[in-house]
Amino acid sequence: MKQKVPECGVLALCWRGLAGTGPGLRLHLGSCSGPAGHSWRGPNTDLSMGMELYLDLLSASCRAVYIFVKKNNIPFDFQFVDLLQGHHHSKEYMEINPLKKLPSLKDGNFILSESVAILLYLCRKYSAPSHWYPPDLHMRARVDEFMAWQHTAIQLPMSKILWIKLLIPMITGEEVPAGKTKEILDEVNKNMQLFEEKFLQDKMFITGDNISLADVVALVEMMQPMAGNHNVFHNSPKLAEWRTRVELTIGSGLFLEAHERLKKLTEWDCSTLDPTVKERVSKLLQKFK
Amino acid sequence: MGLELYLDLLSQPCRAVYIFAKKNRIPFELRTVELLKGQHRSDAFAQVNPLRKVPALKDGEFTLAESVAILLYLSRKYKAPDHWYPEDLQARARVDEYLAWQHTALRSSCTRAMWQKMMFPVFLGERVPPETLASTLAELDSCLQLLEDKFLKDQDFLTGPHISVADLVAITELMHPVSAGCQIFKSRPKLAAWYKRVEAAVGEDLFQEAHAVVMKAKDLPPADTAMKEMLKPLVQVLLR
Repeated sequence: MKQKVPECGVLALCWRGLAGTGPGLRLHLGSCSGPAGHSWRGPNTDLSMGMELYLDLLSASCRAVYIFVKKNNIPFDFQFVDLLQGHHHSKEYMEINPLKKLPSLKDGNFILSESVAILLYLCRKYSAPSHWYPPDLHMRARVDEFMAWQHTAIQLPMSKILWIKLLIPMITGEEVPAGKTKEILDEVNKNMQLFEEKFLQDKMFITGDNISLADVVALVEMMQPMAGNHNVFHNSPKLAEWRTRVELTIGSGLFLEAHERLKKLTEWDCSTLDPTVKERVSKLLQKFK
Repeated sequence: MGLELYLDLLSQPCRAVYIFAKKNRIPFELRTVELLKGQHRSDAFAQVNPLRKVPALKDGEFTLAESVAILLYLSRKYKAPDHWYPEDLQARARVDEYLAWQHTALRSSCTRAMWQKMMFPVFLGERVPPETLASTLAELDSCLQLLEDKFLKDQDFLTGPHISVADLVAITELMHPVSAGCQIFKSRPKLAAWYKRVEAAVGEDLFQEAHAVVMKAKDLPPADTAMKEMLKPLVQVLLR
């Protein structure tokens, strides 16, 4: 089976491909350590093992899943798939997820991708407290609504900010033209406003008085630009308060732990970057000029 | 006032909602929102959906956006047959997985393919660089391959032996490039067979009815200056 993929080597650099094929961060680089868990080297044939989660906490989608399982004390085996090393493109990982994306879940023979699907699966299988995905028809619909909207309205633009503010300058040594930067930031600002006005409104959390999956997914995505030193909360006291509230509800320790790897991204030494990858990033930059 | 569905059948997600509601005999008032006339941008419509997109639902005081959320809401409220959104843990996860993936994969390439191949030249009188169109069609092809290899595989429907909301969401997307003359099923017998199964499961009449508007899009009279002006931001997005 010939599978055509919009990627070159270890890097998916079609600008749309950044969003369409995953967490938007695939760079061949020196190693970065993740939290407890071993680097994954191949498929696990030991079926007596518990549930496995294939994660790299650089990805917002992975952080949402990680936070949820830890918060709910769901036992799992952390399989670190290093995005910076391009391990998600390895033959072994493609057997787990032919979409080459993170996160993935492996529960016995059952393999699942897409963080939203994984979160819902975990909620149901482990009977998580009902506030995470409320049984009330309307409240549940609100969670579904946000989870659908966020793919293109939040996750994608937040990931673009990280590229524009950190990764492209780091790799190419050049800044993205101001016009393009402004365009992306305007889009993010517009969507943050919509988030505040439509989803959060004057409530404590998206569904009302209690945290749900939607708040976790929203916040981890909004944290992505932080690695590029861009704070999307600074314009809105209401959103900043919501952010703190969600963080505290999750637990600051867990929240910080989940974001440690993202925080360290600025320390990444990109001199070991594969030259073909570097060239692709440069080409992407040229498109904006 | 009962259930109202704000739809423009030109839009893929609207068609999925329409087919689902009709197939399950859910009583609703159809409120047409014409995208090409910019009706989704009106302040009146923003009261229904501040995101200014279709489809949108209004059920008494409750409003809801996003086709996936609407489909799940309808299936729960009106207790649609299990196969649409199965109760079984793993079967449901497969549907959720498709519904999540498609937002940034199939949706994007199907919309671009239809607009770049047909709407731009025919409706807007705008030239699309051949490289841009070629790149879009290649991306579409890539998504179709994933659809076949990762989701459909050797099953009758995308997520198992029975039709689900995932199939409705997918088929309505694929009809977009079809309406523009893209022969996506020609070299893909597996997908073509699935398409026939979905159409049969939905009912041919309902399927044709839901797709009447988009299939006639190629015969739309050219847009006037005002319309072109209004559609400019969309043009910029879709030409990238």
